[in-house]
Formats: sequence, structure tokens, C-alpha cells
Amino acid sequence: MEDLAKFAADGKLKAKFLEVESEFSAMSSMVGAVAAGSRVFTATSSQGLALMHEVLFATSGMRLPVVMIVANRALSAPINIWNDHSDTMAERDSGWIQLYTENVQETVDTLIQAYKIAEKILLPVMVCMDGFILTHVIEPVDIPKQKDVDEFLPKYQPDHAVLDTERPMTFGPFTYPEPYFDLKKDMEEAIQDSKDVISEINEEFANKFKRKYGDGFIEEYKNDKDTVIVALGSVCGTIKEVVDKRKDVGLVRIKCFRPFPTEELIKSLKGKKTIIVLEKAFAYGLGVGPVFAEIRNALYPFTEKSKFISVIAGLGGVDIRVIQINDVVDKSKQMKDGEVVWMKT
Amino acid sequence: MAPGTRTCAGCGAVLAARMLLKATGKDVIVCEATGCMEVTSTQYPTTAWKVPWIHVLFENSASVATGVKAALEAQGNNHTQVIAYGGDGGMVDIGFGAVSGALERDDDIMIITYDNEAYANTGIQRSGATPFGASATTTPAGLESQGKKQWKKNIPMIAVAHGSKYVATASIGYPQDLQKKIKKAMQVKGARYLHIHAPCPIGWAFDSSMTIQVAKLAVQTGMWMLYEIDDGAFKRTMTPELKPVDEYIKLQGRFKHLKPETIKIIQERINASWKEMDNLEKCGVNLRTIL
Repeated sequence: MEDLAKFAADGKLKAKFLEVESEFSAMSSMVGAVAAGSRVFTATSSQGLALMHEVLFATSGMRLPVVMIVANRALSAPINIWNDHSDTMAERDSGWIQLYTENVQETVDTLIQAYKIAEKILLPVMVCMDGFILTHVIEPVDIPKQKDVDEFLPKYQPDHAVLDTERPMTFGPFTYPEPYFDLKKDMEEAIQDSKDVISEINEEFANKFKRKYGDGFIEEYKNDKDTVIVALGSVCGTIKEVVDKRKDVGLVRIKCFRPFPTEELIKSLKGKKTIIVLEKAFAYGLGVGPVFAEIRNALYPFTEKSKFISVIAGLGGVDIRVIQINDVVDKSKQMKDGEVVWMKT
Repeated sequence: MAPGTRTCAGCGAVLAARMLLKATGKDVIVCEATGCMEVTSTQYPTTAWKVPWIHVLFENSASVATGVKAALEAQGNNHTQVIAYGGDGGMVDIGFGAVSGALERDDDIMIITYDNEAYANTGIQRSGATPFGASATTTPAGLESQGKKQWKKNIPMIAVAHGSKYVATASIGYPQDLQKKIKKAMQVKGARYLHIHAPCPIGWAFDSSMTIQVAKLAVQTGMWMLYEIDDGAFKRTMTPELKPVDEYIKLQGRFKHLKPETIKIIQERINASWKEMDNLEKCGVNLRTIL
């Protein structure tokens, strides 16, 4: 955000840069600005996202195409500034589309796609990139040319609803139970329908910019073994290292967590002997990680043939190393279905 | 505003909204906080608002207005007035952080509180704007309670302490004064703050036919004082010969438990405040230059 402020200060970014007093107000002013017909952006992390919690639900409920980057970081308490996924996993049912990226290039590319997705289906999108691991890294990145991006993503022109004195409309009214129920159901249908849009935009982006990340939902990497690791985000780079060196394990990376890629995961995981879900968050009180629970639910009709292992790793920024992943894969052969591993050196 | 909102009979808040829009005209966007006006005027799929109107949450109408204004400016629209509107709960208490932020940044919006002196929409819980001695559902009068223990939070003075170029108080009992202030505020660029006193028959426990009378008496007794602070210069817009506060208090059920000695405390506070306002005017202190 500081760099964007500098771009705006130097006149390189033609935008109004708002500096507000809190993340709560940041998201609130974005809702106002997008409702008034402008494209908006912000970035946040951890506590900031938690402070936005109430506004996140209002944004999706009002069907406003807000886009933001979340630099994934741990939630208090105890206070901790490092990377994990507790912040965005806590917002997984907020009605936002969630896209997790593996590296900085993918984050840039996904952000461009995110606007197109959000504006087409009228739902907000959060692009989730690992805090520190991706936000504080130096990596060669190809920034697409403005002209190409403008062609791919033309000017935002809302035709649905906009705050316009020529055409007065009421946004965010008080709603009784019956229409509330219907509107919420409509929202879920829109999220499900967004799968076609995400897929289309993934192809369109690949054609134009010659870069592609799986089918837009998941990315399979040497997934032709009996054992597979399922994970999200930058740790997949480390897992790919493991996969390359061993001959007995593959990887399925979930890029799009909301909408949840049920069909894609069934296709890629059905019939596997061992499914190891490695994730940087925990569903406290449930006994497993949230991604694990959702994958097991998606694969329920096929669970008899598979053993599911829940690996909780990297909470509060704990390093995840090749040696530990190797160790889990080795030990998984002796583990029982449903076992939970808190992986730490 | 269209007629036929679902407010209670004798609602002061809906009068404030009507008077506001009469003064602003149609080139305006209203960003409203959750509260009485929001629930009664926009029951889906109907609406009473004939101007663009948006409600997001309870405590963010000022931030929403900041965003709307920024978008209009980015689109080259520099004429439409953007209003952050809410009750005392939404503006004085739970949404005060957003109000303070917009005032501090001097965002080009009008921030307007309609003050019915309680969280009226949710069941008359006390707010920071509830007056001393009033019985509210969370500060009920009882054998060991004389109602709210604290004085009313002075938001207009807090607004001017942010450096706001135009701050005013108003009352639905004096529509011409109110509309004059709105029109004046519209001429000013930056964050402006208006605080409108709007009696609530249900919350304050008076007959719904008496709303205007109660509003006028609040001003005539000094329980609510009408003034403006234009570019830092404080000036009362009404200087009546103050009536005894008892005339205002005795009309309302929320004060019926008050003992004469408590009423005396209130009277003394009003007298002292009125005298300080004399001093403020005489001295010509510029409140915006105090840093």
C-alpha cells in the first residue's frame, strides 16, 4: 500500500488514494466507492482482516465486486506477525471468492483475473498470498503491459446498480426473513455459477499472457502416485521439491478455495491410497484442519478406498522444511485414517 | 422523502430526514447507519428515499460516505453532496471512530447525527448522547438509581476540535434554523458536522402529539442549545430567555423519577453552560485555531 501511495504521490497512478483510520473503515469506504461506480483495491493481513469481518459479509451480501489482497498471517493471541492461514480460513464462509497463490508472479496474474471474476459475477474476491514468504521476497516478476491489461480488463462500467442521482436507488435495505432467505440462496448459486466464469477467465488469461495456473481451481503436479499431498499457497513450492526427489508422492495444489473445487478434487483424488492434507490453519474444536474437513466431505462417497491424514504445519510462521515433509510421507504408510500430525521440528 | 414510512407516530427522526432533504434538494447521496430511520424507511422491496441511498452497517456510515465521495471525485463529479447520516448510537458511540476519522481527514462530506438520545431502534438502551438522569433500559431508574449517571457527550465540540470548518446544532422544533444551517454547510468544502435534536415519543415516554412541543421546550429551557461554529467562530442562533428546566422534564416519563435535588443539579449545569456560551461569544475565541 505504501508503494501505491508513492505511485499516487508521483502522479503515476491515476486514482484517489484514501488513507483511513482503520481496516474496518478501509473496507467500508471501498464498499461506498464501488457502489458509486468505481473500481477499488486494498490490501490487509491478519488482525486487519479480522477487523473487517463484519464488512466482509456486508460486501458479499450487497453483491459488490471489491477486490483485495490478503497477506496471510497468524491471528492473535498470542500476538505473532508471521505467516499462516488462520486469518483467511476464518473468513471462508463470508461469501468472498478466495484464491490462494504459490508465488509472486501468480499473485500479480491472479489479481488481474480477480477483477474480471468479481465484476462478472458481482461478488468480492480476496487474493491470498503468504505473508513474509511472498510479501517480503525478491523475485523476478513480469508485470503485464498496461495496454494488454486494459484489453483484458476494460474500464469498470456497472450496469446493475449504482449510486446515481439521475437514477436514485436504495442499497442495503432492511429485509424480512423470506426475502433474506432467498437472497442468501441466490448468493450461493452465484458462487457456484462463478466456476464457469473462473474457468473461462483462466483460459482467456492464458491465451493472452501465456501463463496458466492449473485449471484455475487446482493444479496437479506429478499426481500419478498412490500418495498425494494436498496443500495451498507457497508451501507447494517446497512440496514440489519433495515430489521431484521421491517417486512415491504427488501434489494437488488448491488455488481456488471458494468456490470449493469439489468435482476437480474428486477427479484428482478419487482412488488414492493416502491423501495427506497439509495446511496452515486449524479448526479448533473440530480436531482437524478446515481444508482437511472439506476435502473429506467432498470425497465422502469414495472415502472407503482412501486414508486421510491431517497435517497441521507452519502455524505462526514455523518453518516447513523438505526433511519434515519427507518424514510425514514416510510415516504416513504406518498411520491410521484420520490421524492428525502437528508438524514441527 | 416519500410519505408513508413505518416510523412510530410522532417520530422526530423522520421529520429531521424530511427537513434535511428539503434543504439539500436532489443532488445528494445519503449514506445511512443502521438505526431507526434505516429500518423504517427501507423495508425491502419498498423505499421512502427518492435520492440515492446506501446502508452498509451500524458503525461505518462516515467511512462509506468517504468512499462514495472519493469515487465521485475520481469520476469528475464535484457537485453531488455526500451525507453520512445516523442516529446518536451510530454516530456518537459505536460509529464514532469512523466519524472522527472523516473529520480528521477533512473529507468533503456532511456528517449528520439525528439525536434521539438513546439506542431507540433496539429498545432504548442508553447511549453517550442520553442526558444525565434519564431512565433508559440499560440505565433504568430504581430504588438505588436516578437513571444515567453521566452527562451527554458533547460531539459538536469534539467535531470542532478536529478542525471542522462548519459545525452546528439544530432541532426539529426549529425547521427554518435547521434548514438554514444545512444550506450553509453545503457551501463549505471539507468535513462538516451537524447535530439534530430529534425527540422520540417511545423512548422518552411522552404523548406522540407533543413531539414538536418537546423539541421546542428542549431549546427554550437550554437542555439543547442551538449554535453554529462557522470557521471556528462560536455563535448561538437562538438566545431565548431560558425557562426552568422542570417544564421540559415534567413532560417526559424518562425523567419522572427525578427528585427535586437532581433537577436542581441539571438546572445548575444548564445555567453554567449558558454562561460559558456568553463568555465564548464575548471573547470571540476561534475554536478552530486551538490546537
